[in-house]
Amino acid sequence: MNQRSRLSLVVTQTLVLSLMLALFGRLFFLQVASGLKYQNAALSIQSRDIVNPATRGAITDSSGLPLAMDRPGMQITVNRSATDALPDKGMTVFATLAKLLSLKPADVFTKTRLCGELAIGQRAGCWNGTRQQPIPLTKVATEAQALKVLENPSLFPGVDAAPVPIRSYPSLAGENAAHVLGYTGIVTDSDLLNTSKNYHRNEIVGKSGLEYVYDSYLRGTPGVKTLIVDRKEAITSVSQNTQSIPGNNVVTHLDARLQAATEAALASSVARSRSLGYHADSGAAIVMDVKNGAILAMASYPTYDPNMWQKGLTTQQAKDLFSASKGVPALSRAIQGVYAPASTFKAVSVVAASAAGYNLKARYDCPAQLQVGTQLFRNFETKSQGRIDMNEAIAVSCDTIWYQIAFDQWLKDGGLRPHSSLNDYFFNAARGFGVGKKTGIDLPGELPGRLPDRQWKQDYYDANKSFYCNFTSRAKKSDLTPYLIAIAHENCLDGNKLRAGDAVNFAIGQGDTLVTPLQLTDLYAAIANGGTLWKPEIVRAIVSPEGKVIKSFTPVSNGRAPATSSDITFLHSALRAVATRGTAAGVFANYPIEVAGKTGTGQVLGRNPNGSAKDDTSWFASFAPSSSPRYAVVMMVSQGGFGASVSAVGVKDIYSAIFGVVGNKVNPAKAIYPDSGPPSSIPKVDPKYAKLPAGVMKK
Amino acid sequence: MSKLLGNSRRARSFRENISGYDKQLNYAVGLLLILGTLLVWAATKQWFASQGLDPQYYVKRHVLNIFIGLLLAYGTTLVDYRLLRAYTPFVWGIGILGLIAVLIPGVGSTINGARSWISFPGGFTLQPAELAKIAVIIGMAMLLAEARDQDSAPTHMDVVKALAVALIPMGLIMLEPDLGEALIISAAVIAIIGVSGAPSRWVVGLLLVGILTGVVAVKAGVIHQYQVKRLQSFVDPTADPQQSGYQLRQSRITIGSGGILGRGLFSGPQTNGRFVPEQQTDFIFTVAGEELGFLGSGFILLLFGLFFIRAFAIAQRTTDIFGRLVCIGVIAWFAFQTFENIGMTMGLMPMTGVPLPFMSYGGSSMFANMVGLGLLQSVHLRSR
Repeated sequence: MNQRSRLSLVVTQTLVLSLMLALFGRLFFLQVASGLKYQNAALSIQSRDIVNPATRGAITDSSGLPLAMDRPGMQITVNRSATDALPDKGMTVFATLAKLLSLKPADVFTKTRLCGELAIGQRAGCWNGTRQQPIPLTKVATEAQALKVLENPSLFPGVDAAPVPIRSYPSLAGENAAHVLGYTGIVTDSDLLNTSKNYHRNEIVGKSGLEYVYDSYLRGTPGVKTLIVDRKEAITSVSQNTQSIPGNNVVTHLDARLQAATEAALASSVARSRSLGYHADSGAAIVMDVKNGAILAMASYPTYDPNMWQKGLTTQQAKDLFSASKGVPALSRAIQGVYAPASTFKAVSVVAASAAGYNLKARYDCPAQLQVGTQLFRNFETKSQGRIDMNEAIAVSCDTIWYQIAFDQWLKDGGLRPHSSLNDYFFNAARGFGVGKKTGIDLPGELPGRLPDRQWKQDYYDANKSFYCNFTSRAKKSDLTPYLIAIAHENCLDGNKLRAGDAVNFAIGQGDTLVTPLQLTDLYAAIANGGTLWKPEIVRAIVSPEGKVIKSFTPVSNGRAPATSSDITFLHSALRAVATRGTAAGVFANYPIEVAGKTGTGQVLGRNPNGSAKDDTSWFASFAPSSSPRYAVVMMVSQGGFGASVSAVGVKDIYSAIFGVVGNKVNPAKAIYPDSGPPSSIPKVDPKYAKLPAGVMKK
Repeated sequence: MSKLLGNSRRARSFRENISGYDKQLNYAVGLLLILGTLLVWAATKQWFASQGLDPQYYVKRHVLNIFIGLLLAYGTTLVDYRLLRAYTPFVWGIGILGLIAVLIPGVGSTINGARSWISFPGGFTLQPAELAKIAVIIGMAMLLAEARDQDSAPTHMDVVKALAVALIPMGLIMLEPDLGEALIISAAVIAIIGVSGAPSRWVVGLLLVGILTGVVAVKAGVIHQYQVKRLQSFVDPTADPQQSGYQLRQSRITIGSGGILGRGLFSGPQTNGRFVPEQQTDFIFTVAGEELGFLGSGFILLLFGLFFIRAFAIAQRTTDIFGRLVCIGVIAWFAFQTFENIGMTMGLMPMTGVPLPFMSYGGSSMFANMVGLGLLQSVHLRSR
């Protein structure tokens, strides 16, 4: 054998053995290194899950009345593995079905297509489940439609009708509570990626509100039947078959009747404001138990029908939810609307002044206006009152007293050249009362509001400096007025500095201060209960379908407000004076319940879409009875005008419902709560409500 | 036969002169045959039962094929391969006639886009390309080993002649078209020329020509659409998701899902659900992957490894140039076919329809494989 031949043989041998080694390596990679991945892939090829949804738990009020529950519906389904076997692939059946259910034939076609069968871009409405799983066309079929399907199997091969649960918000006491309860919907693809939640395709899950927050309790465990299929999709075996486990019931602190009354009071306040010529675009009202932070009612205006998702949301309805012209009904003003608290904030200023050493019993000047630096600050809700005591100053809502005190304290802290150690009594008091921090309520999407302290000023300046310094080139044409240009120039030079104007505005809850109605409710509840800031809670317990309490939530404190007991005593009497001889005295004249509260009329900069100037924010923050407070009630009407005439009247309506005030007399039989207050025991969730009689159900 | 074994003296001398079979080679092939039979059975049993057909249909025929194959292998070892030279033109000629015959409409039948089979009554089919493969190997080895001593190299003329022997059947096979078989023969051609001691520029040149031909063929559309699709789906499995891309993806998932220990013989859900098409023929290795796992399919690779190590040992041991070239031709054929087949099932190689030696279902392929084994043993028997 010559050399070349021998060498070639060796080369060939090496080559062949390396090829075998390469195969071995690849085999190791597929089976050992990636074995798990391919096992999962194989499982998804072979197995088809049929999900039998669990009955979703009810959400009830504190008496056990369901606010949200599953009610029986009638579902018409199409089984694709049956219709595909027909000579025309089921096209005749779909056409007949569309006619029976008065649906568009094109919609029926799309609804019965697996998403993979349609081109990308035409998949809206497609079925994202499997071919073996019956595809629902409607959940609200009538009995007649269902019977037609069931009695004519030859006309409707592969079509079935069966009762299914539908999520229903029955409004048994006329309540809406859409923003609190939330709504449900089909699980999304991105939810499915979250494997820790163990979602199944096409499962109904909570999307918003309590339905979202307590979904893990409400949802239950769906029954799953896993079929093993072959290449022709014929079923070869069943690998698992579990029964569904119904979800637990969620018991809230809400009272359906109080919720309905609160919503009605808010709506009538909005109507009243509009009749007075204000825009009144939105509003919120909240009732809290000051002893534990329980939310007894929470309303937001405008609202929407939470049942519309189950009826099938139209594109127009979906758009309206977020349309500015409809007032963005999707937004919960109680926790997601932020507004300047205006004079209601003076309760905090009292605490700040007391901390700074001011005598709350002394008399102070209340002129009509006060010169602070180069600017003139006016009384907003009152005229010149002469020399009055602090109690009176709160009652008549004098602003100039607070301008003077805030200005003096600002100067003491160094004015435009702040000292290194600052007292900042007003900021610290506000921070202590939770301004600028979320309350932590058990609802999604809560906003923190804003505490415009020195740090915030600096951060805001850093973020916006270049805009102010290039205002003429960057701002909109319409904003290029001499006044705005001058302000921009000022902001460019020293916008990070806390100016005297900022300090005095802060003391009366104006300027850059923003709070949610919920924060203000919590704040007034703290004043009412002697200083405890509660974490507001809507849900009090989780109860199993059999009635066993699975979890009960105890009140959680967010800390103590920085108010001394003498501050509290002073505030109780001053806030009561508001309703007896102050700004709200007209509203509460001869009212049998001792209401303590504070009006607020917040100025709002800016313009409405139609060009009109924005109207003031109307506030009334209160608690009652003032001698032994139990309830804190706050109402806010955005662009509602004066606090007293709009919101205070609304708050009075709510107290009337709570205490059963008819005319000017208390009728205990009409009271929502007895003298002992909201119920302290967890109610039995009545099984009779699991199936409501048809008459009780509202559409 | 009678001419070769006609008298007892020759038969006796045959037995006296032989050094015995290479036992390890036989064991390796024997185990591959047994495993292959089980896998063919596993691949078809449940699916055929669920379709209302005889679940043993394939395994019965497979066992029959193995028996015929064993007889062919034994017969081949009895023949002194050196005498084969005399019959080579005859075998080659029959191969060519067969290849021409399949191209005649009505005689050849088309399976999977290639007109490669001649159908006989009773459901039996024959693939002339398998026979032609052997004819090419022996023919080339004969021309390149002829009339020269141990240390001289083949002349350019010898190489040209040998190439002519290979190119005619290859051209006919490409007309079917059967890309897989053509590639296998190419591998054997290059290996034989390389080991023959011919100038190395032939080897380099042939490799270049092969690559160039491939590129031109794809560009000029000589290669059929279904072959381009197969190649595309190798590069991008989503290019043809319903057909070849589907097959490749399913094949890889089926092997990967076997894990280390496998799902157990006859218990692979992917196999039983028939998610991999052609599983008893070209994709038989996926059954091993799923049901026998890394241990089982790795063992199969080891058996092939042992087979090649022994085959190379035979090629090295013989002093006869012709014998060595026959061996190297057979090795290149088996090696390329094994690598292409298993590589394809694991996504390492593009899809071409070649069966796995000794394991896939299919008569012609099995017969050719066994004749190949017989040739190796025949060389081993007569080299000392």
